[in-house]
Amino acid sequence: MASIKFNLNNKETVIEESPTARLLDILRDKYNFVGVKEGCGEGECGACAVLMDGKIVNSCIVPLGTVEGKSIITIEEFSKSKRHKILQESFEEEGAVQCGFCTPGMLIASESLLNQNPHPTDEEIKIGLSGNLCRCTGYNMIIKAVKSAAKKGDGLW
Amino acid sequence: MKDISSSVNKVDSVIKMSGEAKYVSDIKIDGMLYAKTVRSEHAKAVIKNISLPELPEGYYFVDHTDIPGKNFVKIIFEDMPVFAVDEVNYYGEPIMLVVGEDKNVITDIISKIEITYDVKTPLFENTNSAIDYHFKKGDSKAAFKNAKKIISHDYHTGYQEQLYIEPQGMIGYIEGKKVTLIGSIQCPYYVKNAVISILESEDNEVRVQQAVVGGAFGGKEEFPSLMACQLAVALRKIKKPIKLIYEREEDMEVTTKRHPSWIHMEAAIDENNGISGLTAEVAIDAGANIGLSGVVLSRALIASTGAYTIDNIEVRGDVFLTNTVPNGAFRGFGAPQMLFAVEMFMQHIAKEIGEDPLELRLKYLAKQGDPTSTQGEYRDPIIMNDMIQKAMEMSNYKSKVKEYENQGVSKGIGMSWFLHGCGFTGSGEANHIKALVKLEKDELDQVTILIAAVDMGQGVQTTMKKIVSQILDIPLDQVIYNKPDTDFVPDSGPTVASRTIMVVGGLVARAARQLKDKWVDGEKLLVSERYKQPDYIKWDEDKFIGDAYPAYSWGVNIVEVEVCPVTYQVTLKGIWSVYDVGKAIDERIIMGQADGGILQGVGYGYLEVMNHENGRIKHKNVTDYIIPTTGDTPPMETFLMDNPYPLGPYGAKGAGELTLVGGAPAVALAIENAINKKVKKIPVTPEYIMELMKNG
Repeated sequence: MASIKFNLNNKETVIEESPTARLLDILRDKYNFVGVKEGCGEGECGACAVLMDGKIVNSCIVPLGTVEGKSIITIEEFSKSKRHKILQESFEEEGAVQCGFCTPGMLIASESLLNQNPHPTDEEIKIGLSGNLCRCTGYNMIIKAVKSAAKKGDGLW
Repeated sequence: MKDISSSVNKVDSVIKMSGEAKYVSDIKIDGMLYAKTVRSEHAKAVIKNISLPELPEGYYFVDHTDIPGKNFVKIIFEDMPVFAVDEVNYYGEPIMLVVGEDKNVITDIISKIEITYDVKTPLFENTNSAIDYHFKKGDSKAAFKNAKKIISHDYHTGYQEQLYIEPQGMIGYIEGKKVTLIGSIQCPYYVKNAVISILESEDNEVRVQQAVVGGAFGGKEEFPSLMACQLAVALRKIKKPIKLIYEREEDMEVTTKRHPSWIHMEAAIDENNGISGLTAEVAIDAGANIGLSGVVLSRALIASTGAYTIDNIEVRGDVFLTNTVPNGAFRGFGAPQMLFAVEMFMQHIAKEIGEDPLELRLKYLAKQGDPTSTQGEYRDPIIMNDMIQKAMEMSNYKSKVKEYENQGVSKGIGMSWFLHGCGFTGSGEANHIKALVKLEKDELDQVTILIAAVDMGQGVQTTMKKIVSQILDIPLDQVIYNKPDTDFVPDSGPTVASRTIMVVGGLVARAARQLKDKWVDGEKLLVSERYKQPDYIKWDEDKFIGDAYPAYSWGVNIVEVEVCPVTYQVTLKGIWSVYDVGKAIDERIIMGQADGGILQGVGYGYLEVMNHENGRIKHKNVTDYIIPTTGDTPPMETFLMDNPYPLGPYGAKGAGELTLVGGAPAVALAIENAINKKVKKIPVTPEYIMELMKNG
């Protein structure tokens, strides 16, 4: 057990837990942020993606100890932002949501990508989202949605 | 009035984007316990002894001795045990559940269970046939006897994993004698009926609800019934809420997959270089239990002439039992295997008789009025000629195929033609399902759709609402369609077989028109409709004679690839598709099915490798089992043709499976075009290409 301090969804947070606990389990079980999904449990599918200091990480392979002093944003908090609203509109208009299980992770990946590269090319979008698996959409509409969001939300990222 | 095809925002996408949508693993119930499955560690063995550790308080074992009813999962045959009794027949077969509050304690208990096995020799060869079918049309014997030339080839397809991103899961609770199960499921009534059977309970003692489903593709058709039976038995014993969620590895090792197949094709070539006869022999590996394999086999056999009309045919097939994980439903349901073989065979015949493949295929392309492979009739207009022309124009196919043929290993382009029978095969819809739908209007004039169809991402919540709102001419948000709950919805059948819009949606449309006729503002009304097969549809189940399906959807896929001449790595360069799904109820939703289906089908054809070693699945996580990522996704273009089917709602036919079934042959033909060798198995991996380049 250790006392771990971090900023969780814009709240200073202290938790007494094993530093080897999976961040994913802590987010889902202790804080009920169940928008963070478990798809593979080995850092391959991206369904559990969250932002750590603004960049995407797969929370299923992040030991809790490593978040000490960092900021973690889950889909629940990100969904309150204007940038999420733009992404949401674009995902809807392009038809980028089917079963939805990968969607929170895809949105986190899109945010992380656009934070680093506000005007990505198609190829850059593909690379930026390549760590997030989707089995429903064939990705085509997701790629289009991110492109459209970058255009619509010009200046937000 | 607006064209029904013009797209609306999907009604469930906002909650999916905010993270609020509750999938089964997100549901928490006070006092909830967790369950984990103890599984066989051998492909075939007799269980000699099970030595159980002492349980801490509040922890339980649940096994076959706790089952009140007969120990099998009600699907078709009584051959899949809910818990193994004294023998195991595949690696991972469930033996018992360990249930309790803390997952770590459960894992610890499981590590202390000692099972002594008498290990037997497992069977992995196709020798133990559980089901065999055979049918013919015309006189293939004479055709072969008089043939100028006989051409034969063997084709093989591998496993495919559905790989829904949400693993299988179920949660349940009990109130008195009543068991409620909430799951990631396609078929609420399959689950309910299986649980009634295992508990030997009354109809009103079992309730099944759908949680938001994170992808299914057939993988959540029959498999969840097994989990539900186990959980229901545990609930009856322990009387506390219990959650059973699979981890990815467990899911990939023990849940149903697409059947591997071996297909032997022979063609009789007559003096005019025509195909005068065709035979097909199909073997599919069912794994350790039959499950739905017989139905999968029949769909494969019926597809044995693909999109073509061949006069004299003879088709036979077997479901073989082996000591491997049971295979089952997967989008396409037998058709992807057969269509791969047919499309490759047509290409290979053309090459061997020196005909242009496109010309040969056009010569045998099915036309309206032609007899089907089972002597039924293609009653509705077939517009494949236009579709093929359109697809070839979109992709510049004709010039590319010639250009790539003789330039050494580099680029290639392939085109597949295919059809998909909409709805259940044969008499399933009329004799077994007998779908019932209801619409209920309240005093506020809100209309609730009462059906058991599940939205698993394919958009049925949106499309069903659109149908009702358009017919009644009321706003979309005046129509309510909750996730199915068997306490409230009638059995409109399972969410499978591309039947949901055409069959259930057709009934919903009829019910809406009935409601419109009876409509009185401010009054409660309930209307219902039950499926009735059109009288002209006749089917002989034993002989495979008649109309196997009431209608067919059609498609053309073109895939362009680049094959690296050094590593034989295949890169997708472009995908073009044209579909006839009758009429799209929502164009964007169909486009989404098109994109997702073709990539899943193409992945099956060149990328997705799964094997077992001594009965144990080797590719059991997403690191080992590769599915396409954004990095593999080429530009895709899809064109929909209107060709309304009179009995579908607004003319709609099936769409979900159609978009997958042509993917594998299209990519395989593209690779064949690039390497100029005959491709006879999928997935076409770099290793297989290397083998073909050396020996092919």
